[in-house]
Amino acid sequence: MKKVIMGNHSLSYGAMLSRAQVISAYPITPQTQVVELLSEMCANNVLDAKFIKVESEHSAMASCIGASLAGARTFTATSAQGLALMHELLHWASGGRMPVVMGNINRAMAPGWSIWTDQNDSLSQRDTGWIQIYCSSNQEVLDTVIQAFKVSEKIMIPSMVVLDAFVLSHTYEVVDIPDQEKVDAYLPPFKPEFTLTPDDPHAFGGLTSPEHYFELRYMLQKDMEKVPALIQETAKEFEEMFGRYPGLVEAYRCEDADVTLVTSGTVGYTARVAVDMLREEGIKAGNLRIKVFRPFPFEIIRKILGEARKVAVVDRNISYGHHGIFYEEVKSAIYGFTKDIPIFGFIAGLGGRDITPEDLKGIAHYALKKDRPEEEIVWIGVKK
Amino acid sequence: MKKKKEVKKIVFHSAKEMPLMPMSLGSMLYNKTGSWRNIKPVIDLEKCIQCGICWKFCPDISIYIENEYPVIDYDYCKGCGICAEECPTKCIVMVEEKK
Ligand code: SF4
Ligand code: SF4
Repeated sequence: MKKVIMGNHSLSYGAMLSRAQVISAYPITPQTQVVELLSEMCANNVLDAKFIKVESEHSAMASCIGASLAGARTFTATSAQGLALMHELLHWASGGRMPVVMGNINRAMAPGWSIWTDQNDSLSQRDTGWIQIYCSSNQEVLDTVIQAFKVSEKIMIPSMVVLDAFVLSHTYEVVDIPDQEKVDAYLPPFKPEFTLTPDDPHAFGGLTSPEHYFELRYMLQKDMEKVPALIQETAKEFEEMFGRYPGLVEAYRCEDADVTLVTSGTVGYTARVAVDMLREEGIKAGNLRIKVFRPFPFEIIRKILGEARKVAVVDRNISYGHHGIFYEEVKSAIYGFTKDIPIFGFIAGLGGRDITPEDLKGIAHYALKKDRPEEEIVWIGVKK
Repeated sequence: MKKKKEVKKIVFHSAKEMPLMPMSLGSMLYNKTGSWRNIKPVIDLEKCIQCGICWKFCPDISIYIENEYPVIDYDYCKGCGICAEECPTKCIVMVEEKK
């Protein structure tokens, strides 16, 4: 069934179709309509789930962790400062190997208080051991939630499904909402190997001596390394059933490109428009949209960018004192693995300032003009 | 609740043997936190009315009941004194730990 829905509700429908059993969330700002609709679904018996209202995002993630340990499929959603407040528990979920799935609406961090988009909230959680997936359309949001449960439960690592505030979260798009039976066939019930039960008591997350801690972290990394292949596998299965492929990256007209834009989130779709416009001007541009950020999909990125002539990475985020974060990551991923390619880093659209096709065309032109990067950061649209 | 029997230390020789998550690694069976204690509770069982309040209040689950009387597990009791504070007949006294 096709419906016109906003990005926030795409998350809700994704969680509903995945038959989430426990949803725990803080109901006030920076919360969005994601859990509003889910609470209605629970109240109207559309969704047979326990809805837990809590007093903070810290508690929201804590109750998801408890429920997940007890064997329930769990979902929550947050944004910006709320995600920051969860930080400690994000480590608990990944370190304890609980496959919680969370929607995060990318909002800029305060202060200045902001409800507009940039990626610093989720990218600040880069090293918490969560899978992070950046979506570009409402359809992709819904599909990714369902797929994320499958991936997370298979590998026992939690997933964060990320979407841009307003540009996606409050924008209405046509979304194909798959049939429940088909989703059930794709996503079987969650059956963890160990659960928290009085019948077989265990201590979870207890004191771990230097004798064992290192191995736990090694195993988390080893399993993270398996995620790219697992995402491709589950994407293929998804495509066979639903006709859409929720993969690791999306390459658009990259094959013969003289300049390849690297983007994420909704900018990834704006970039396709910019690429078409550039191609009409006779400039061979391409766009590589990175969808999965953690684990970083090294192999496919090296393959695509290995063929590139010039790379221009567009970041809607910043690591203060360093660069844009995707810029750092792309450079470190391809260094030593490909021929020497000039890579340029651009920062644009912080705090929700629009990133237009014109901005992206300007970025492509800049990269084409220079032989090598001359500045650490090229700022786009800032009133210097 | 009964006192745990002595159990052999669990040692995993490689990651392959370990559970994915830090689950029942048994580290507290040999990590005897009672050694952190400076003062220790001593119960005068003559005055004890077997109410079980100390058992209920001990935050370290270091009191168990044996033959209907409280017994302190000095392997884990940290000497916080909560049992002595809560005991209605004041039959638990905190005495200095001689090391
Ligand atoms: S002193 Fe504290 S830890 Fe020790 S038995 Fe009493 S309540 Fe428990
Ligand atoms: S609280 Fe005091 S009286 Fe009650 S069981 Fe414990 S030692 Fe005995």
